[in-house]
Amino acid sequence: MYAVRSGPVLVKIANMMFKQKFSVTRMPGFSVVAMICFFALYMPLAPLVIYSFNEGNNIALWEGFSLRWYGSAWENELVQGAAIRSLIIASFASVFATIFATMAALGTTRTKPYRGQMTIYAMINQPLMVPEIVTAVALLILFALIKQATNYHGFAYLIIAHTAFCIPFAYLPIKARLEGMDNTLEIAAADLYARPFKTFRRITLPLLLPGIFAGAMLAFVISLDDVVITEFVKSAGQDTLPTYMLGQLRRAITPEINAISTVLLGVSVLLVTLIFFMSRKRGN
Amino acid sequence: MSEKNAAVLIDKAEKVFGKDSDRVVALNGVSLTILENEFFTLLGPSGCGKTTLLRLIAGFEQPTSGRIHLHGKDISYLPPYERPVNTVFQNYALFPHMTVAQNVSFGLEMLEKPRAEIDKTVNEMLKLVQMEALRDRRTDQISGGQQQRVALARALAPHPKVLLLDEPLSALDYKLRKEMQIELKRLQNETGITFVFVTHDQEEALTMSDRVGVMNNGNILQIGAPHEIYDHPSERFVADFIGDTNFLTAKITSRSDELLTIKLSSGIEISVSAGNEVVGKDAVTLAIRPEQTTISNSVESTELQGVLRNIVYIGTDTHYHVGIDDESLFTVRVQNIHGRQQNFEIGQNVGINIDSNMVQVLKD
Repeated sequence: MYAVRSGPVLVKIANMMFKQKFSVTRMPGFSVVAMICFFALYMPLAPLVIYSFNEGNNIALWEGFSLRWYGSAWENELVQGAAIRSLIIASFASVFATIFATMAALGTTRTKPYRGQMTIYAMINQPLMVPEIVTAVALLILFALIKQATNYHGFAYLIIAHTAFCIPFAYLPIKARLEGMDNTLEIAAADLYARPFKTFRRITLPLLLPGIFAGAMLAFVISLDDVVITEFVKSAGQDTLPTYMLGQLRRAITPEINAISTVLLGVSVLLVTLIFFMSRKRGN
Repeated sequence: MSEKNAAVLIDKAEKVFGKDSDRVVALNGVSLTILENEFFTLLGPSGCGKTTLLRLIAGFEQPTSGRIHLHGKDISYLPPYERPVNTVFQNYALFPHMTVAQNVSFGLEMLEKPRAEIDKTVNEMLKLVQMEALRDRRTDQISGGQQQRVALARALAPHPKVLLLDEPLSALDYKLRKEMQIELKRLQNETGITFVFVTHDQEEALTMSDRVGVMNNGNILQIGAPHEIYDHPSERFVADFIGDTNFLTAKITSRSDELLTIKLSSGIEISVSAGNEVVGKDAVTLAIRPEQTTISNSVESTELQGVLRNIVYIGTDTHYHVGIDDESLFTVRVQNIHGRQQNFEIGQNVGINIDSNMVQVLKD
């Protein structure tokens, strides 16, 4: 009788000891390291934000609080143009990238396993692996050829380039959502007389929407702050907000740059927070 | 039952998964006829092929070879959405972004029935499973038993020719499972739809079914009414899988058309009906249910003798484990009526009486 009763008790005690001994949060110095990491991540942002409210012309000398530079940025026609361009490119690129990413995610999760599936998976994520500068140079050369042949110098190049490198960012959350989705729901729909397209529209798509939104927003944020590829691909007068800011560095820097950065930071944080809540709300 | 027509006819269905070295034979050329308005259960341990057979009927899988007919029509290679067959899934597979009522109406909408008819049928179905009050709830806001009812209503709403049920009760607790067993039987009677039920739970199979098909290793071993399967198992696996059974080896000493005379290890001869074919074999295995035997203090004129090894009291019954000659244990089950308990002591010699009408000669 004793042996029967003591078995589970011993297991319980062993579990408790194991948990206490090996829980990573109880490792000495763990919280200190965590704090240093957070500090290193967020500390540099503080002066940027603080000095965006500086009264004076200097980005390192505090002369009192004012919204002067936000006003100045708002009225600066170059900033206006670059901001609008950024938003247009990010909107188009994120929509296109999300459409392609959704199709790719369906193709890699909702089909019978086929030869070369891993290769395709790797190819979709390729832009994450290839150094951005290499992609930028490659696109510069390719688009230069096309520009010469067609004499078209418009916006489309930037949208195409942004779409391309945004696809993996949109792809990953959509694929994750699809993999978490039980495909017996789709089988159940087929069992209830839904043809494949109806099943997609009535079951797969509605359940996938949080993933699609998350993917689109991630693509939007990534497009919004891209510098390297944009710098190489853009024609004259096609500055986006980040490349405009880069250009400003060559001149006297004013807290206007801080103000623009702070707004960009705010938009990014807002979108990422939205993604977080979006995937939490319906994610089960 | 001969006047009934076949609802599902499965003709030498074979299903092989994987290729070459990964080859797994899930179904080994199974033939089976399921009759109209029948509650048919496929019973077997996990991995026996019962779910694969169900998925072949539903159209989620296609047979490697063989044919499946539904009311005379060959449906072997039709996609699931073209088969008038609906499924209740093991995990219910309710659509989480729809309400209870929307789930139930889904099949009817896909069949493009007129709105008025859909509404009428949905109301009827929700009433049938007693879920009217929760019709606008989301499916994650209702209990497991309620989800089960919704899954049933959803599958019954398009009025399928055959309803397939894939271990639908396994996620419910004991009491709810009991309730749902009776509920399912009632639904089958009221709707008159052919039910094909898959389970590994022998009690479920015996309680609800008109007929049971016992499966193992991709084969159907025996088909029959619950009492036939229980009282007259054809082979050792069936006898062992359903209920408790004592197995005895014995020798046939003489045979006539209807009767076999069998000599037990104790030297006693008994006569049993020649139910199963045991042509050309003299050494046979007998299956004897513990409740078809009695135990006594007298060792004389009993079919078996042995030493009482253990007494297990389980409320309604008492089990006596008796060691017979070669020290294998033979179980005798005695019902405890009016607290009447016989006095036996562990270690004493006892005799076992066997009702020879209830002795089953097994095929293998």
